[in-house]
Amino acid sequence: MANITKTNRRDFLKIAATATGGLFIGFYWSGCDSPKMQVLSTEEILSKATDFNSFLSITPDGDIVIYSPNPELGQNIKTSFPMVVAEELDADWSRVRVLQANLDTEKYERQLTGGSGAMPHSWERLRKAGATARHLLISAAATRLEVDRNSLTTEKGIIYHKDSGKKLGYGEVVLDAAQLEAPDEVIFKDPKDFKIIGTPVKNVDNEDIFTGKPLFGLDFYREGMLHAMVQRPPFGMKIKSVDDASARAIPGIQDVIVYDNNVAIVGNSTWPLMKAKRRLNVSYEPDGKVESSFDHDRIFKELLDSKDARAMREDGDVDTAFKNAAKIVTSEYQCPFLSHSPMEPMNFFAHVKEDQVELIGPTQTPDSARVQTANLLGIPKENISVEITRLGGGFGRRLRADYVLEAVEISKRMNAPVKVTWSREDDMTGGAYRPAVRYRFSAALDEAGNMIGYKLRGVGMNAGNSVRQDNFPSGAVENVLIENVNYASSITTNAWRAPITNFLAYAEQSFLDEVALEAQKDPVQFRLELLEKAKTSPVGSVNYDVDRMIGVIKDAAEKSNWGKDGNVKQGFSVYFSHRSYVAQVANIEMENNQPVLKKIIASTDCGIVVNPTGANHQVRGGIVDGMGHAMYGNLTFENGLPKQKNFDSYRLIRMKEVPEVEVHYLDSGFDPTGLGEPALPPTGGAIANAIFAATGRRLRSQPFVEQKEFSDINLEIKRG
Amino acid sequence: MANYNLRINEKNYEVDVEDDTPLLWVLRDHLGLVGTKYSCGIAQCGACTVHINGEATFSCTLPISSVGNDKVTTIEGLSEKGDHPVQKAWNEIDVAQCGYCQAGQIMNAASFLKKNPKPTLEEIDNAMNRNLCRCGTYHKIREAVALAAKTK
Ligand code: FES
Ligand code: FES
Repeated sequence: MANITKTNRRDFLKIAATATGGLFIGFYWSGCDSPKMQVLSTEEILSKATDFNSFLSITPDGDIVIYSPNPELGQNIKTSFPMVVAEELDADWSRVRVLQANLDTEKYERQLTGGSGAMPHSWERLRKAGATARHLLISAAATRLEVDRNSLTTEKGIIYHKDSGKKLGYGEVVLDAAQLEAPDEVIFKDPKDFKIIGTPVKNVDNEDIFTGKPLFGLDFYREGMLHAMVQRPPFGMKIKSVDDASARAIPGIQDVIVYDNNVAIVGNSTWPLMKAKRRLNVSYEPDGKVESSFDHDRIFKELLDSKDARAMREDGDVDTAFKNAAKIVTSEYQCPFLSHSPMEPMNFFAHVKEDQVELIGPTQTPDSARVQTANLLGIPKENISVEITRLGGGFGRRLRADYVLEAVEISKRMNAPVKVTWSREDDMTGGAYRPAVRYRFSAALDEAGNMIGYKLRGVGMNAGNSVRQDNFPSGAVENVLIENVNYASSITTNAWRAPITNFLAYAEQSFLDEVALEAQKDPVQFRLELLEKAKTSPVGSVNYDVDRMIGVIKDAAEKSNWGKDGNVKQGFSVYFSHRSYVAQVANIEMENNQPVLKKIIASTDCGIVVNPTGANHQVRGGIVDGMGHAMYGNLTFENGLPKQKNFDSYRLIRMKEVPEVEVHYLDSGFDPTGLGEPALPPTGGAIANAIFAATGRRLRSQPFVEQKEFSDINLEIKRG
Repeated sequence: MANYNLRINEKNYEVDVEDDTPLLWVLRDHLGLVGTKYSCGIAQCGACTVHINGEATFSCTLPISSVGNDKVTTIEGLSEKGDHPVQKAWNEIDVAQCGYCQAGQIMNAASFLKKNPKPTLEEIDNAMNRNLCRCGTYHKIREAVALAAKTK
C-alpha cells in the first residue's frame, strides 16, 4: 500500500525559522475584533506559535510564506486571503508561498468555511498584517541607509531610495526589522493604488490539482491504516438484527462492528468494503417517525393553516389592509429536500491513541470536529490535533462532524488508524439535507396597484426559521405579517449553500413578479417603487442597504437591455444575502416557436472585488448551481429512505445545460463581502420569471422539469 | 485473488487483487496513484476518467481482469512536467474551483482533442457532457478546451 507522506506544516515552520531566521508576524486573521499582532524573534515564534492562528514570514532570501487558516473548498480563500496581505506588504507575488494551516488554537472564532463570511471578517486584519510588515521593513531600511523613512518607497518586495538610487530587498533587512517594535498605527494603501487586489491571480494550488497530487481527504493514506465503511439506518428506524456472515466472507474484510445503530465494516482496502456492504443483511424496525414524501405533502398542507405559527415580524395591521384591498394575490411555492453531493464524498481519517487523537481530512469546521471528538471520548480537546486537507466541495455538508466521529469511533474500537469512506450512495442517503419548505405568500393591492399588505408563512421540515423576516420587501410595505412553522422531521437537515435563501429568494422573487403583473407594473419598476418607499419612509427595521439594492437593479436592467427588445423574453430577480447584492436577468428567445434559454446577466455589489477570477467563479458557479437545483434537483423519500441514491437518478446540471452567463460588478468602493453564496439565490427566480414571460406558465415548485406546467414547453438551453 | 501485471504511465506494476476490483481502486488503494478520483462508482460522473490505449474510460466500472495488456494512462502520467497542452490551458484559464473533478475533466479533454483536434464549441460541449462538475466550472472548461485546441 502506498504511503503518502504529507509535509508537516509545523515542522516546516520550525525549519524555516531555525535555519534561516527572518521576520515573523503572528496574527489572528480571523477571530477577535482587534487584531493582536506582535513581532517575534525566531525563538519566541517557536514558543508562542500556538498563540496565533496565522503567520506571515519573510526569510532573508526574500521568500514570503503565508499560512491560510480557513478550509479551502473551492471558494478560493487560499488565494484571495494572501493576496490582501501581499498587497499591503507590496510583495512580489511570485515569491509568495501559501500553506494550509492546521487547526492550531482554541482562541480563534472563525477558522471555518461557511456563511460567505471569511473575507468581510478578515479584510482589515489581513491588510494590517501586510502593512505592519511593510512598515517594519521600511523602518529597518531607513536606519540602514541613514535616511528618513518617508523618503523610501516600495515595490514588489524592494525598498527604493529615489534620491540616492539605492535599493534594498525585503530579505536584506528582515533580520533588523525583526528586532523592532510593532508600530501602533499603520497606513493602508489607497484602493486606487492596489496592484494585486483586483487582478486575476491564479489559484495557488493549480499545479497540484492539474497533475493529480494528493490534496484531498480521500487521497490521504498511511501505512497500516484500516479502511471502513458504515451502514446507517433509514431515518426513524433502528437495527433489529444483523446478519454479517456473507459480508465477513469477502476476502480483505477484517471485522464487522455494530454500534449505535450503525454497522461498520473494516478491511484493508475500499473495494472489498463496497462488496461486503452489499452482502450485509440488516433489518430495521421503526424507532420514531418513518416518513415518506406523501406524508410531507400532507404535513405542509396542515401546517400552512395551523394556528400555531410563530410571528417573526409584524408591521401595521395586515387584517385591515387585506380587508380594504382592491385586489389580493395569493400563491404557494414549494421545494424538495436536496442532497449536498460534493464531488468528493464524506471521508475522514482518525487515529485514536492512548491519550491523543490525530484527525486528518476535509472539514468546514475543524474546531467543532475537535470539540465533538473530545466530548465523545471524554478527553481534553488539547489532546486532539486536526489537519485540514483540501475539500472536494462542501456546500455546507462538511459543517457537520458526523463522519469525523465515525472515524474516531471505529479507530478507537479497532485500536488502529482508520479512514472512513462514504460511497456515493452513503453520501446521498446519509442525511443532513437542504430542508423541504413550502411558502404561502399573500399581497394586498390598493386601487392604484400599490402593495399595502404583505403576508408570508413558511413551513419547513427541520428548517429552523424558514423566513428572513427583515429582508426585502420588509421595510417597503406598511402592513406586514411574516410567520414561521417548523416541523420536527426525522430526516436530518443542515445548512446547504445559501441556507433558506437558496429557495426563499426564488419563491419571493417569483411571487413579486406575480404581484407586479396584477398591479400592471413593470417588474423592475415595481421593485424600484417599493425600494423608494423603503428609502424615504421605511417601515420598521431593514437589514439591507436600500441604495445598494437599487444600484444592482438598475445596473442589471441596463446591462440586460431590460424590456427593450421584444424578441427577448426576460425574467428579473434580485436578492440580498450574506452581505452582498445580486440582481439577475434571464433571457429567453423564441426560436421556431420554442423557448430557448440563452443567457443570464448578473450585476453584483460585493464591494471591492479582491480577485476577479475567483469572483467570476463564485458568481457563475453560484448561478449554475442555483439553476441546476431549480431545474433538476429532487430528493424524495419512501419509508425513511431517499429514493435517489446516486447520480443516475439524482440529476445534477451538466455541461450542455448551462446558458451563457455574463457577470458585472458595481464599483461601490465598500469593503469586500463574501461571494460563495449570494449569486445562487436569485437565479431560480430569474429563470422562472423568464419562462413565464415567454410561455405564460408560472412555475411554483422545484424542480422545474418535474412540474406539469413545464412538461410541454420544451425549453431548450443553448450557449452562443 | 490473482496476480496482474499492468502497464501504467509507461511503467510496469504488479498487483495481487480480486478479479472484480475496479481499476480505480487498484490505482488508488494499491498503487498510490490517487490523482484518479472516486465520486459515483457507477459510470455517471467522469471523476475517475483514465486513458486506456488513449481512449477516455471510466475506471470505476472497469474490472482489473479486463485491463490485460492495455496501456493505462492516469493524470499522473499525462505529461512528465504537468505541461500537456490541456494542463497548460487549464492553468491559463484557471479552471478549478474545488478541483476534485478536474483530473477527470483533463483526461477526457486530452483524449477528445487527440481524436478531434479542431472541435467546434458544440462538439466540445458534447464531449465534456459526460463529466460532472458540482462547482459549476463548465464555462471555463469549455474555454480551456478551446484554448488547448488552439495552442496544440
Ligand atoms: S466515479 Fe467513475 S464515473 Fe463517477
Ligand atoms: S471544481 Fe469542484 S467539482 Fe469541479
